[in-house]
Amino acid sequence: MKPYLREKKTFGFNETPENTAFEAGYLVMVNSGWRSIRPVINSENCVGCMQCYLYCPDGVISIENKTVQIDYDFCKGCGICSKICRLNAIEMEAER
Amino acid sequence: MAKKFLSGDEAFAEGVRLAKPQVISAYPITPQTIVVERLSEMVEDGSLKSEFIHVESEHSALSCAIGASAVGARAFTATSSQGLLYMAECLTYAAGGRFPIVMMNANRSTALPWNIYGDQRDSVSQLDSGWIQVYAENAQEGLDLALMSYYIAEHKDVSTPLMVNLDGFILTHTYETVDVPTQEQADAFLPAYETENKLDIDVPKNLAFSAGPEHNYIFKYKEHQALLRAKSIIAEAEKKFAEIFGRQYGGLLETYLTDDADYILITLGSIAGLCREIADYLRSEGKKVGVVRLRYIRPFPTEELAAAVKNAKVVGILEKDISFGNEGTIFTNVNSSLFRSGINIPAYNFIGGLGGKNISHEDISEIFDRIENGTEPVNFIGIEASEK
Amino acid sequence: MSITARDLCRDEFFYGHKACAGCGGSLAVRNALKVLGRNAFAVLPAGCMSAVGFNFPQLCFANNAIISTFAGTASMLTGVEAGLRAKGITDFTAVGFAGDGGTADIGIQAFSGAIDRGDNILYICYDNEAYMNTGIQKSGLTPFGAKTTTTPSGKNIHGNIRPKKNMFEIAAAHDIAYAATATIGYMEDFLTKVQKASEINGTKYIHVIAPCPTGWGVPVSDTVEIAREIVNCGLWYLAEYENGEFTLNRNPKQFTDVSEYLKKQGRFRHLTDDDINLIINSRDEKWNKIRKDWKFGKD
Repeated sequence: MKPYLREKKTFGFNETPENTAFEAGYLVMVNSGWRSIRPVINSENCVGCMQCYLYCPDGVISIENKTVQIDYDFCKGCGICSKICRLNAIEMEAER
Repeated sequence: MAKKFLSGDEAFAEGVRLAKPQVISAYPITPQTIVVERLSEMVEDGSLKSEFIHVESEHSALSCAIGASAVGARAFTATSSQGLLYMAECLTYAAGGRFPIVMMNANRSTALPWNIYGDQRDSVSQLDSGWIQVYAENAQEGLDLALMSYYIAEHKDVSTPLMVNLDGFILTHTYETVDVPTQEQADAFLPAYETENKLDIDVPKNLAFSAGPEHNYIFKYKEHQALLRAKSIIAEAEKKFAEIFGRQYGGLLETYLTDDADYILITLGSIAGLCREIADYLRSEGKKVGVVRLRYIRPFPTEELAAAVKNAKVVGILEKDISFGNEGTIFTNVNSSLFRSGINIPAYNFIGGLGGKNISHEDISEIFDRIENGTEPVNFIGIEASEK
Repeated sequence: MSITARDLCRDEFFYGHKACAGCGGSLAVRNALKVLGRNAFAVLPAGCMSAVGFNFPQLCFANNAIISTFAGTASMLTGVEAGLRAKGITDFTAVGFAGDGGTADIGIQAFSGAIDRGDNILYICYDNEAYMNTGIQKSGLTPFGAKTTTTPSGKNIHGNIRPKKNMFEIAAAHDIAYAATATIGYMEDFLTKVQKASEINGTKYIHVIAPCPTGWGVPVSDTVEIAREIVNCGLWYLAEYENGEFTLNRNPKQFTDVSEYLKKQGRFRHLTDDDINLIINSRDEKWNKIRKDWKFGKD
């Protein structure tokens, strides 16, 4: 369960609900444009301690089958993950 | 149906019991207190199965009711005067969220000076909050409105909160013989509350969100349309109510001897009875007078009012409210409605009953006299020219 | 039993939100919801987390969530809890996430009422020590000396002249079922307390320090570090109140340097040595009392 990006659609008069209630976890835009630096994983150094996952304010880090994955659509590039990692397994690199 | 001798507050509490709200949150304030005292007793003796929440303020009373309504529960609260003003933030919140909460308001003067007696400045000041507003004339109507309110507010075409107003003390604390319907009758009238406008464990929702200028505008338009749609649902509710309970109300407003009247007094609330009495007396003297009692002022009965006064020469508006620096707010609303309907007749405003000041037979006779013979546009009844 | 990263469900309930990069408050909300799971009914007052999470049509909570009035977090929670119970629903947690202003200032009355009634709700205050959503104004939980946009530091006055209200002990003074302090810097401790609170019947309060890099004047990557340091230097403590007793969860043998903690932050950079000494003295006074009166527990 997780909010996710929906198909693009216009919310005109008819699509706007009658009341202020709407489907939970409905995303229409990404946050990737906020980033000037991006976290890059060096898998060789990672031992899967999950501290980066635990401390990510945006919840964009997931660990599947012992590999760390980052959802760059929603990562804001704060760098907390890189700082928290004791094994230097995450480097912050400039966005190009 | 059982006949009981009840005050307006007690009668209203009986109506609430029959409507079976699942959550009641209220904070005491004179002259509303008896409603919540009776409801507490009903919860204690098991005749009402509600969660009764002893909130610490009126703001919390309505905020709590919104929370309950936001999970699809039927909610009730009651207040008056300063309490209504203290919860004002939550009024627009409940209306904008389209939560069909029913609230009883005991009409009472607002400070300063402090005063516990009845006028209608409290509720009239909140006309723009998005709530349906109805004014009862007597205890029986209060009880009946408690039931009808849920039908109207919760109707899927309306889904809007509703405020039932009872004149403080004059209605809330005065005893009358009241027919109390049976629970079977009430259940036959009022369906259970069903809505998709709720937090739902099976279908999670995000509620009460922000909306920027583009969408905000659409939400507000839809809110306005819902209040306008309430007009036909009020008629539907009253028809069904009459079928089951045998009591018929006049919809958005009630007319008395208006068909051929030259001079019509328009008013609202408990004072209407006295106005009708004086109208009877003046009719016996050959004067062609009539009375309109506004029941609902949101939605405002524009078309119905135009139809009621279209043959009149002059109208007067008697109200327990003043928009300082202008005129009575009901007067403003009536004038706008008549103008929109192409009715161009003189209208005079009579402000009375502020802070509970008695409005006497003589006052109303004089009002009719001044409607016929002309007066100032806005008049504070009982204040002599020499005092001004 | 302590909650670790491995114990958390993989669901993300607060995602795609528009909180500033490195926001401590969003981290508190994200992880608390992971502990409480999909049956959490979240109430958030007007404030940062509602502003960043609920902009139609971008709605960032996967679970049921609603914005309350600013003053109405606790009262709306009460209504949600009572409404669900009245409808026969039992397997849920009514949880509120309010900021420091929403809790200690405008929301304190409703909060007090809810504790008084013993309503079965979990109230989490994410404390970033000022009204951050409106642009860093002083709240009742802004610490002594902090510069905000309404407590500027100049020649005459050095930022906020009053200490932080003690919300943890205010909640405890109601004889609340459970209250705790925490910091997002020590996440396992915070989440263990959330888990514990969710299993207690009655009103629960968790006060979690959640730094705002923008308002505190620290780099966005340092949120967690500074949230640890506030505990390590003794300006915050990890504690619980339960069954009428206070328990200190962590009793540092030695505090780290307070002035180092302060000087890292833009909001404290103007403080003089005298100001800092005042802060240290009041810290020591508080710790003397704590160590005298409270039980010591395990971290």
